[in-house]
This record gives sequence, C-alpha cells and structure tokens, in this order.
Amino acid sequence: MALRAQFENSNEVGVFATLTNSYALVATGGSMNFYSVFEAELADIIPICHTTIAGTRIVGRLTAGNRKGLLVPTSTTDQELQHLRNSIPESVKIQRIEERLSALGNVICCNDHVALVHPDIERETEEIIADILGVEVFRQTISENVLVGSYCSLSNQGGIVHPKTSIEDQDELSSLLQVPLVAGSVNRGSPVVGAGMVVNDWMAVTGLDTTATELSVVESVFKLGEGMGPGNVQGSLRDTMVETFY
Amino acid sequence: MEIDDSVSIQPFTGQKASIATILCATCGAPIDGSTGVAMCYDCIKLNVDISSGIQREATIHFCRGCDRWLQPPNHWVAAALESRELLALCLRRLRGLTKVRIIDASFIWTEPHSKRIKVKITVQQEAFESTILQQSFEVEYVVAYHQCPDCAKSYTANTWRACVQVRQKVPHKRTFLYLEQLILKHNAHRDTVNIREAKDGLDFFYSQRNHATKMVDFLAAVAPVRSQKSSELISTDIHTSTKSYKFTYSIEIVPICKDDLVCIPLKMARTLGNIPPLLLCNRIGNSIHLLDPNTLQVTDITTNVYWRAPFSSLADVSSLVEFIVLDIEPLGATHGKHVLADVTVARASDMASNNNTYLVRTHLGGILHPGDSALGYHITGANLNNEHFAELERNAPDRIPDVILVKKSYPRKKKNKSRAWKLQRMAKDESEMLPRKQDQERAERDYEMFLRDVEEDAELRGTLALYKNTRKNPPSGTRMEGVEKTGDEMDVEETDEDDDEEGLPEIGMDELLDEFDELNVRDHDEV
Repeated sequence: MALRAQFENSNEVGVFATLTNSYALVATGGSMNFYSVFEAELADIIPICHTTIAGTRIVGRLTAGNRKGLLVPTSTTDQELQHLRNSIPESVKIQRIEERLSALGNVICCNDHVALVHPDIERETEEIIADILGVEVFRQTISENVLVGSYCSLSNQGGIVHPKTSIEDQDELSSLLQVPLVAGSVNRGSPVVGAGMVVNDWMAVTGLDTTATELSVVESVFKLGEGMGPGNVQGSLRDTMVETFY
Repeated sequence: MEIDDSVSIQPFTGQKASIATILCATCGAPIDGSTGVAMCYDCIKLNVDISSGIQREATIHFCRGCDRWLQPPNHWVAAALESRELLALCLRRLRGLTKVRIIDASFIWTEPHSKRIKVKITVQQEAFESTILQQSFEVEYVVAYHQCPDCAKSYTANTWRACVQVRQKVPHKRTFLYLEQLILKHNAHRDTVNIREAKDGLDFFYSQRNHATKMVDFLAAVAPVRSQKSSELISTDIHTSTKSYKFTYSIEIVPICKDDLVCIPLKMARTLGNIPPLLLCNRIGNSIHLLDPNTLQVTDITTNVYWRAPFSSLADVSSLVEFIVLDIEPLGATHGKHVLADVTVARASDMASNNNTYLVRTHLGGILHPGDSALGYHITGANLNNEHFAELERNAPDRIPDVILVKKSYPRKKKNKSRAWKLQRMAKDESEMLPRKQDQERAERDYEMFLRDVEEDAELRGTLALYKNTRKNPPSGTRMEGVEKTGDEMDVEETDEDDDEEGLPEIGMDELLDEFDELNVRDHDEV
C-alpha cells in the first residue's frame, strides 16, 4: 500500500516523518492533515508519536530507527525524550547520540537487520547503532554521496537508491543489505529518495507529486501490492499508467 | 533486391554497462540514469518553461521629432528598424533575460505602421542538474511615442543660455557660405540649440555658455573677428547669491573679403613696409592678406591692427568688369604662384565699339594668355567714394592705375546645374519676415558665386568637405561649354578650350567624400 501525502505544501515526506515496523514519528504541523494520513493507516496497528525533535519539525531527518530502537540527536530536549518514551512501545530502545553529524536521518539508512552509515561517522556512534538497532553496520556511499540516509530508502523487503547509482554499486549494496535494490526517484523526478518518502514493511508514504510510474516502482520494489516482485515493474506499469489517463 | 531497413530505429536494449536504467518519472519510458534526473528530455521540455520569468510584451519609446529610441534611463539612441542597435535595445528592455543564456535573437517582420516590433528570442538554461534546455519564444514590443528632451527643448522658445551673433557688414553672403562649410567640416555646430539667420549674419544659440565660448574660439581661429561679450541677468537668489545669466557674444567679421580692392590709410601703409596703399585682398585667414599687384609685395593685417584703424573695401566683386587680354609680357619677378607681367587689356564691352586699350601691370602673369578674359576693377571708369582713396588721389594721382586685374575669368553657362560634387547645408531658421524675391535671387547668385570660387580655388577647396553628387551623374554632354574631353572623364570638371595646362584646377573624384545624411543637415539640392 503506497500513499501520497504532503506536509504543509512540502512533498518531502521523509523530512517530516519516520516510519518503522513498530512505531511512527510525525512532525507537529499547522494542521492535522499529514498526521491523519498516517493515523488512517496505522491507528490500530502501531503507535504514532506526534512530536518535535530539538524544537524542530524535521523529525525524519534528525532521527533514525527500526523495529528495535530509535536514535535521536543530542540536541533533543529531555521533555521530548520523555514524550517519546511514553508514546512508543516499551520494547523499543531509545538512545540519544553524541554525534557531530547530528542529522541522523541523513547519515543512517537502516532496516531491521542492516544499516548503511556515513563514512565519517564516529566509532562510538557506529557501536551504539549496532547495539541499539540490533543491526550490522556498513560505512558506505551511494553513487558518491555520503548522505546515505538521504539517497536511499530501505525496508526489509527492498530499497530504492539514487537514480545515478551504477549497476555495480547497486549489486554491492544489495549484497550487503540482502534485499533487492532499484535505482529510482520520487516526487516527479527528485533523486532524494530517502527524504522524499518513508516506508516500512507494509506501507509507504511518498510526496503528493509522485507520479504513477514512480509509485509503481515503489510498490514493486517494497512488495507493497498484490503479487508484485521487483522483476515485475514493467508488467504492473500498464495498469497504473492507464489509471493516470482517467 | 536489397532493402536496407536495418538502420531505422534502434530499439531500447536495456542497460548499458554499469549505468542503471530508471523509468522516466512522468512517462515511464526507460532512460539512462547517469544524468541523475529521473525524467526524460522530452518530459523535462514539456514540464519546464525556462522562459517563464521573461516578459512577453514590452513598451519601447520613440521620439518622432528626431527618430530616436529611448534607452532607459535617459539615453536616446538613433537606430533603424531591424538594426542591430535596435535589437540590442529591445533585448535590454526585457526583464529576466539575464538569468538565461541568449542563443539567438532576430526580428520578425512587422508592418512599420503597426507600431509593433516582434523579436524572436532563443534562450538556453540548465533545467535540472545537468539538463540544458533550449527554447524559442516571441516578444512583442509596442512602440510608444515620447518626445525626447532635446526635441522638447528645440520646440520651446527662449531656452538658450548663450548666443553667438556673427555679423559681417557686406552686401553679399559669400563669407557666411564659406563659414557654413567650415563649421560643417569641423562639426562646430554640434552643440547648437538653434541657428537663425539674421540681417548681415547668423545667430547661434546654445544651452550652455561654454559651448558658445567654444564657438567663439573656433570663429577666432578661422576668421578675422572682433568679439564682445555681454550678459543679461535673468534671476538671482539673494539667499544663496546664485545668479543666472544669459550671455551674448557679438562677433564682427572684418568687412573685407577675398578679391576686394582696398585702400589702406597712408599711415598704416608706411608701417607695413611702405607698401602702396591701393591693394588687393588676396586671402582671408584669421588675418587679412593684401597684395600689391604692381610689385607683388604682400602684407598681412592682423585683426588688432585692423580694428585700430578700420577701413572699408573700395570695391568688391560685384563691381568687377570683364577684360580681354590682348597681349602679355612677363617681367620675370615671381612671388609664389604670382608672376608679374605687363598686360594689354581691353574692356570686353568696348571690343565692338572702340579701340581703348589699357597697359596694366598684374600679378596674374602665370595664368593669363592673349585671348583670355580676366576680371578686374576699372578704376578710371568707377566712381569711388572713400576718404583714403581721395587722399591718395590728392597726393599721388600718378600711382593709381587705370585697371587692376583680379582674376582670370572662365567661360560658363549661366547656371551650372550639373556639378559632380555638392556641399552640405546647415538647417537654419529664417528670420521672421519672408525673404523678398530679389533677396532670394541674390542669395542664389551669391551661392553660385561661392560654388565657382570653390571650383576655381584649390586652396579654398582644401579647407572644405565636398561630397559626391550621387543624384546626378553628369555625362559629358552636360559639361560647360568650351570644355575639352580629356582622358579621364570622371576627373574632368572643366578645362579651357584654348589652354589645356593653364585650365581650371579640376576637382578629382578622389577629393570628394561619399555622402552621408547627418541629422539637421539637409542636402542643398533637396531643399
């Protein structure tokens, strides 16, 4: 199930939300529209936490997390941390990280088993990531970009990377992550796939500008539709394209 | 039969080595992901309008009075329709054009009366990270009328700040015709607001005082003048003690012209190397050059010296009489181009009736031949009214010759309409009263005389700018009577029938300039 949403006229959904298999963080906006999109889908499945991080709304870029844990930057206030502890399940470990690269969402890209991180991240941070999120950590770049969190969107089913990523790089990353990868875009051609969408194992939310083609790629690579596999992109494309004509 | 159908359309073969294939975000076509933009070129072209920030309509201002275009903020430039200058001006008017790269711009033809100018512009800009888009569009300009400040000023009376009044108190206009040509050649009239013809001269009006002083300096450099300055207080501010004045420069040109006969005061003659007082004016520069035809002695009188004891001319070109040379005998003395000679002449009008001849000493020995006609002053037959001449008559009546020859005369038609050259004229305001018919005739006669002088005098011609007469190409039949054909037809202006080498100096085509139409200057023939 892939949805389109907009946060206060911005298509960069991944900036204002974090989505995992056990909880979701959504920024507090002027209206509840954005929150409602998540609520409609997730209300009785996983908790949705309406929060700010360090007083800002860019929660998606400042935090990184998966089913087992949540990492927040050191600038997060005690009050916010308390609110997070109260909102999300007990089983999820929350950890504040003292890291120079404080936009954790931009430098960490993870699913429940593996994480790609910025090559310049501190050693302690790398250990904390492995520890809290329970993942294997790899220092990687995506098509020469060090901000792996911005240019890669990952779930346990698959992943999308920057469109420029070469086949060799995709193969290498794919073998590290043990999930199929595809080069693609969101929000009508934007290469910033990490910041442009959020995804977990059964749903994805992309910007409102995302075209039918992009959405079909997203659905197929993250296996969100019925009977879709990453190899079946072309086959399913026809229906979505026909849909756009009406 | 072989049909080469193999090179039609290359089908998409999937992935190139190592470059990921992605789907175009809008049309779903598989494309090469190496650009980093997930959209195919066609879709980018459809979705992105790089010319969106550029105006499609603009207004440009045009002054009808002087045919110039306004280049904001306050420049007025002359440019023809569909010219490069106008295109530059049009492009400069468009806001937002600086953000893109202009590849091409051209005019689309429009009817001039439509007051619309259409320009087709092609621009390039980077649309996404590395995609360069090119786009063409049309811009329509509306031509709006706007009177430029210069024209507004020229239509308003009394806007001048300084005035130069040039006067010469002589009955003809030849000096001013010459002065006009000098001014045109040196472009000395450039700053004038207005030029007006007045009695005995011209008035030049300027918007600034220093322009007027520049004109005064120019006149002082080319003519023997006396100048006087006066200023009129227009207004004064007692608080800041700033005053505004109108300045008037009165310039008087010495009333003696080339070929005039003068009788200088005896006292002055003694100071000038004891020269005989009865002299011919040989040339006018910024002093008066006088020549004694009896001895070839020359002298020049500077402006200061002249105004200390002014004298008027005894006789001018209008009283020249035609003589026929009967015999000539060079005496050997020469001075420059002048050759002293004794010549026997008879009045042309006497030729049929009597046998009166005059033995005259002249400086024209080099160019006169028996049978030629020459112009001169017939002193014995003239009633001259001048105090210095009267004094001379009293003291030394024997030193006054009967005849003084001035120049050689060339046979011509009444009016030579077909000159191969022409002069520019300045546009002037006439004085308030319409010229009378005889005044007009006199002006025409003066102009014709001046043109003849230009033809005959190479030295004078060197100081002027002569233009090719493009409208009339004088064929050989329209030449003056008595003109012989020489080798180079184009070069021939006129030659005398009798003496080839002694003929008029010819005006070669290489001396003439190609015509150009300057603002404010109208061609004489078209007036």
